[in-house]
Amino acid sequence: MRELKILAVVVGLTLVMYWGVEPYAHHEMHPTVAEADFDFKDVEGLNGAKGNAVNGATLVQANCTACHSIEVANFPALMTNADNGAAYGVVPPDLSSAGKIYSGDYLAAFIKNPAKAAKVEHKFLEDAVHPMPNYDWMPASDIADMVAYLQTIAPKEMSNKEVFTDACLRCHGIKYADMKGGSMAAQTPAANIKAYMGKTPPDLSQYIRSRGHEYLGTFINDPQKHLEGTAMPRVGLNEEAQAQVIAYMEDIGDSKKSQREELGPKFLIYMVIFAIFAFLWKNSKWREVH
Amino acid sequence: MAKLTKANSLGEWFDQRLNTTQFNKVMMTEYWIPKDINFLWAMGVLLATTFGILIISGIFLMMYYKPDINLAFDSVNYTIMQEVAFGWLFRHMHGVAASVIFLIIYIHMFTGIYYGSYKQGREMIWISGMLLFMTFSAAGFSGYMLPWGQMSYWAAMVITNLFGGVPIIGDALVVWIRGDFNVADATLTRFFMLHVFLLPITIMGLIGLHFYTLRIPHVNNQSSEEIDYDLEAQKYLSGNKKESKVIPFWPVFISKDLAVLGVFLIFYFYLVFFHYNFAMDPVNFDPADNMVTPAHIYPEWYFLWSYEVLRGFFFDIAGIKAFDIGLAAFGFANVAFLLLPFLDRDPEILPAHKRPLFFIWFWILMADLIVLTVYGKLPPTGSNAWVGFYAAVAFLVIFAVLPLVTKMDAKKRGK
Repeated sequence: MRELKILAVVVGLTLVMYWGVEPYAHHEMHPTVAEADFDFKDVEGLNGAKGNAVNGATLVQANCTACHSIEVANFPALMTNADNGAAYGVVPPDLSSAGKIYSGDYLAAFIKNPAKAAKVEHKFLEDAVHPMPNYDWMPASDIADMVAYLQTIAPKEMSNKEVFTDACLRCHGIKYADMKGGSMAAQTPAANIKAYMGKTPPDLSQYIRSRGHEYLGTFINDPQKHLEGTAMPRVGLNEEAQAQVIAYMEDIGDSKKSQREELGPKFLIYMVIFAIFAFLWKNSKWREVH
Repeated sequence: MAKLTKANSLGEWFDQRLNTTQFNKVMMTEYWIPKDINFLWAMGVLLATTFGILIISGIFLMMYYKPDINLAFDSVNYTIMQEVAFGWLFRHMHGVAASVIFLIIYIHMFTGIYYGSYKQGREMIWISGMLLFMTFSAAGFSGYMLPWGQMSYWAAMVITNLFGGVPIIGDALVVWIRGDFNVADATLTRFFMLHVFLLPITIMGLIGLHFYTLRIPHVNNQSSEEIDYDLEAQKYLSGNKKESKVIPFWPVFISKDLAVLGVFLIFYFYLVFFHYNFAMDPVNFDPADNMVTPAHIYPEWYFLWSYEVLRGFFFDIAGIKAFDIGLAAFGFANVAFLLLPFLDRDPEILPAHKRPLFFIWFWILMADLIVLTVYGKLPPTGSNAWVGFYAAVAFLVIFAVLPLVTKMDAKKRGK
């Protein structure tokens, strides 16, 4: 009994200290933020409008393809990544999968006013202008048509890697995905993206370990929530695409997770058996002396 | 040399040459431990086992680790964690063991303080133990630098900077320790050497010394009773095991240790597989960047109490700079426990619950250390800074009043 009391004291003190240096300290250092909002209610989206994809096709071809490639619709990239980076500061996204990975409401709001939807207006004051012009002069129905078109041409299924590539790789590399080949480096040349963003966007290989699911979930949805004033735009991924991005980061940055979770219980069962035998041996030995 | 007869077994062959039977008696079957003990007496074996885990996992990690600022981060987080078969397991085991070993060290230490096992002949046990604590601290700190993440770099920056506070030679000392004007490649390589060679070998030597110091004064017991070991051993050997106050190290004492070890290892492996962030700080998974200071810099949890003693003095007092006061207090905090046998002026060995004032002193010390630990991690702003200040002052006062407290206890008992 006395030993159990001592154990209770030891465990109690350890837990108090643990609570202080882990959950409590982290809560103090990183206040919780509001949950991710995949409806993007703060900006004007489609307002329920259903667009006409046929009309949208004409509008997209007339307004977008000068800068954006759309591989699935046979509009290949006109320039290399290096030239694109030099021309725009950042490689403009190919629009093939935009209708699949971005929220329709966000796309509409972004076409209207990119800096506002992306929450990076603080970057484009005075002379600086967002590389994509506002389309706020365009009737809302036309914008809805373009969104409808992008949604029609987008692939129905995408791998986690494809979503990550389209959503993140223009600015961020994830080198652990291809350490030898280097194919998963950021698409925009380092010098251009540094000049455009103010600093080089970090490689994301270990972000699943350094930031974790919860932080990534709210940060990708709205970077300003955690890092006020950051140059990173809100990209407007829908819930499914964001989950795929995070899943990919976990595949790369915590590639042994499934092995770890499978092996863990086996180790614990082994240790429990060891402990049982150790206790039996202890009891047999101490019976002789007590 | 004595004439040898032909050995009938391998055991006998060794016995003839090494006297293994006698050695086994002295070290194991007739190495006497008091019977009146509880599970806290198993911490030594837990520590030896955890140190063994650190050595073995460390050897595997060293096969792939690259002590170079351009390669270190990826050699750990890519090569070891993603590529090498079970490299992640060895790293998790190493990182978690490095953290958990300090928990056990602290339990071991405070068990010693509670039961008065540091004085009246046991001073050398205590001093060698504290030297082990200091060497383990150095090993923990140098090892934390090796992954070359943000916390590795900035912790190295902050801690090496402290040496700048040493009078006269401070600035030169910092450069000498770093091997460069800044924390740089030379710093990483030399801390690698310390971590994988000099410190482990020192620890092994000190463990030998620590075991040796136990032989003459013997292990203390729960009621601090003085035991006539020859008499009690005689009782045990003559078959009067139940009445004897002692047990042999092997197999009776070790059987209890292994039972406690079993429970400990369940806890340890649970942490290794499912709850490791406390020991492998997420911030350290960002590569070291000397241009970006992390929002919050803090050491590992086991250094937080002394870090807070350092940081607690955040304003100048009587014309002395806050940094210098903090540094002096920090220096004192690191030797305070070493001085314990000499600050305790009570001539008797008794457990704390039989020393009324010391008992209160002990729990105040525990409370203060927990407050220091928790506030050592929190941002030192607003009221946090003041809690840290008072807790740091309290720490100094607690040790300053110990001679008085122990003398009063002794006086009450009429000694």
